[in-house]
Amino acid sequence: MKIAKETTMKKNLIIGGVAAIAAAVITKSNIEKSRAIRRDFVKTRHKVLIVGATSAIAQETAKRFAEEGNDLFLVARNEANLNAVADDLRARGANKVETAVLDLNELSEHTGLLEQVTQSLGGLDIALIAHGTLGDQEASQSDFDIARQELKTNFLSIVSLLTLIANQFEAQKSGVIAVVSSVAGDRGRGSNYVYGAAKAGVTTFLQGLRNRLSKAGVTVITIKPGFVDTPMTAHIEKGPLFVGPDVIATGIYQAILNKQDVVYLPVFWFGIMSVIRHIPEGIFKRLSL
Amino acid sequence: MKEYQSWGRVFHYEHKIRPVLWRDSDLRLNELDAPVLPFGLGRSYGDSCLNDGGYLLDARPLNRFISLDREKGLLRCEAGVSLAEILKLIVPHNWFLSVTPGTKFITLGGAIANDVHGKNHAYAGTFGAHVTQFELLRSNGDRLLCSPTQNTDFFKATIGGLGLTGLILWAEIQLKRIESPFIEEDIIKFDNLDEFFEIAADSEEAYEHTVAWINSSATGASLGKGLFMRGNNAAPPFAETPHQPSDLQITVPFDAPDFVLNKATMRALNALYYGQQAAKIKHRLAHYESFFYPLDAILQWNRGYGKRGFMQYQCIVPYDDNHRAIQQILEKVAASGLTPSFLNVFKTFGDYPSPGMLSFPRKGVTLAIDFANEGQATLDFQDELDRIVLDSGGTGGYAAKDARISPAFFRAFYPQMDEFSQYVDPKFSSSFWRRVTGRRANNQ
Ligand SMILES: Cc1cc2nc3c(=O)[nH]c(=O)nc-3n(C[C@H](O)[C@H](O)[C@H](O)COP(=O)(O)OP(=O)(O)OC[C@H]3O[C@@H](n4cnc5c(N)ncnc54)[C@H](O)[C@@H]3O)c2cc1C
Ligand SMILES: NC(=O)c1ccc[n+]([C@@H]2O[C@H](COP(=O)([O-])OP(=O)(O)OC[C@H]3O[C@@H](n4cnc5c(N)ncnc54)[C@H](OP(=O)(O)O)[C@@H]3O)[C@@H](O)[C@H]2O)c1
Repeated sequence: MKIAKETTMKKNLIIGGVAAIAAAVITKSNIEKSRAIRRDFVKTRHKVLIVGATSAIAQETAKRFAEEGNDLFLVARNEANLNAVADDLRARGANKVETAVLDLNELSEHTGLLEQVTQSLGGLDIALIAHGTLGDQEASQSDFDIARQELKTNFLSIVSLLTLIANQFEAQKSGVIAVVSSVAGDRGRGSNYVYGAAKAGVTTFLQGLRNRLSKAGVTVITIKPGFVDTPMTAHIEKGPLFVGPDVIATGIYQAILNKQDVVYLPVFWFGIMSVIRHIPEGIFKRLSL
Repeated sequence: MKEYQSWGRVFHYEHKIRPVLWRDSDLRLNELDAPVLPFGLGRSYGDSCLNDGGYLLDARPLNRFISLDREKGLLRCEAGVSLAEILKLIVPHNWFLSVTPGTKFITLGGAIANDVHGKNHAYAGTFGAHVTQFELLRSNGDRLLCSPTQNTDFFKATIGGLGLTGLILWAEIQLKRIESPFIEEDIIKFDNLDEFFEIAADSEEAYEHTVAWINSSATGASLGKGLFMRGNNAAPPFAETPHQPSDLQITVPFDAPDFVLNKATMRALNALYYGQQAAKIKHRLAHYESFFYPLDAILQWNRGYGKRGFMQYQCIVPYDDNHRAIQQILEKVAASGLTPSFLNVFKTFGDYPSPGMLSFPRKGVTLAIDFANEGQATLDFQDELDRIVLDSGGTGGYAAKDARISPAFFRAFYPQMDEFSQYVDPKFSSSFWRRVTGRRANNQ
């Protein structure tokens, strides 16, 4: 019995060693490739729109763009907070930071907003959409007006913005669109299906948009974070799966740099969600999630 | 996930956490049902950043820059910004912190609240000497702009004020011009205490930064032997290739089991570190990372002391006692039977006055010694050291480090504590403050 255990241990060690060497070789060539991509990326000054710029995830992402001297346009609804973010990004080295204060549920303002953005930056290359509300599931259940508001913030306002941005990028035959969706959109759960449905809508919308715009050379990225420690989740007890917004920001930045399609952040959520998506509905409906 | 613990990992307290997200957030501190205390990055060793049973105002989310005047070297930023983040921003523009402690993983608020010191006290004084202004939020909602000319009493009370006078929202600091990120460094081996004091005296004039590491295992004729590091900011062109810090970040992933750190391993570590240099004097062009922050290369090295954690004892003794107190302390440590520690640091403090009412530094020699937490013996032993320090006319009880000083000794070292108390916000308190004032948790 003991001997058997030792041989398995040895075997595991050997497998582990080989895997580590293989990983090191793969990582090395990947590092070189990604360094080259990065060099190219930072050479140009990008014109970047960040919607929901006061979000913790957006702030962390914006820092990375600011540090590389890009031109930024920030949109958020709280003016004082927006100014605090803008000052920070200027100090960090952004070449230019413009701002607009807007409640993004004012859908009729979107056309004017995009015109303002394009004019003040002299064009647009990258758009990151990050605003959102986690909402109160129970309140949404008992009052459709609340549910409608959640769907408006987390789905409709994004569709409205994307319609405008997509047409502009399609016409200019370039651009990167990155939208923060969520793993919550991968499967509806009793505890937050209104939010989940909005995110599922965003994810599906982006799928279609990617399919359409890839012909025009436009990149569309779906960002699916797992649990992130931000004001949005302040009231939730933090388990080991939570990460800081800086981790998500690094992932978003990488995804934009590498023109990826769909990213789970951190990447282990891809595994978790693959399992969760494959639980048969007959069983899933009986779980409390 | 973020742990709300102090660096020594001795205390395991329950806190309610309130993150401070924006500098104009309405925190309604008055309405909270227990005392509050700002928390930075928890790099204080003892309990000055802890508030057992109360609230911690996590200031880390306040980590935005406000402005950097690249000509004048004036940096304004929120109080939760770390020194590491500041350096990353300013060094490329040829600016540096006027004063920096031995780790860059602390916040601006924490640096002010403990009025921290660096290796250049005789030249530049404490961190607070370079603070030009800050905004202080009191629990009644008042926001005080404090500077050497405005709300000067709160300015003085808050620098070195241990987070008790209110929450610092943002601050402005004067930076120091540098011409490169490098330091011309000498590392000199000294064989005993007398030699340390000679080298320190010789280096006073010509070197801004000085510090010494001593081998606490040495006894007898080599008592107090160690390495003396001194340096000045370097200007190009360089005759030699600058030494680059390694990119390698090591993290200690969990508490070391007890057998890792014991008397034998500590002796071996001491011998290894101090024996590694053969020449009497070594010169190198060091990167600021390795000169100022050698320990930052190993993240969470504090876990190396195992589950029970560790304590740091720091004191200042005056120059005029012929090094008697220092000698007594080192002899006692070597003879104590406690696990000898690896980190023992000597620095000298000059005449430069601290702006803070309760600041620790004053002229003399400062000694910092780490102790693995071995329970009562470790506590009793530090009481004995306090006695030696007090008798020598020195000062102990540095709040950034202390985990155990008695109210009587604290009062003896800080007779100004009553004057300071007037500025303590009625809603603010800490485990440290309740301990040194002899108060219980419930009457704040
Ligand atoms: C490896 C190492 C080396 C060190 N070297 C030195 C050294 O050379 N010299 C030295 O002086 N110290 C040194 N220290 C101690 C350290 O610099 C101080 O303890 C510092 O105050 C820690 O800052 P922090 O941001 O981690 O704050 P914390 O430890 O979290 O808090 C420290 C104090 O600051 C208060 N505080 C934090 N933020 C605010 C705010 N926004 N407003 C008001 N009060 C606030 C807290 O209430 C608390 O009283 C060292 C520590 C370590 C771990
Ligand atoms: N945190 C997580 O665990 C997690 C997980 C997966 C996905 N996400 C997604 O990540 C994105 C960023 O969230 P976060 O975690 O960074 O949380 P956050 O800091 O709370 O950010 C949300 C931001 O959205 C803004 N916002 C909400 N409604 C708005 C409106 N109508 N108009 C303008 N701005 C509005 C908020 O502005 P105010 O501050 O003014 O309210 C806030 O800045 C969201 O899309 C969220 O759904 C988060």
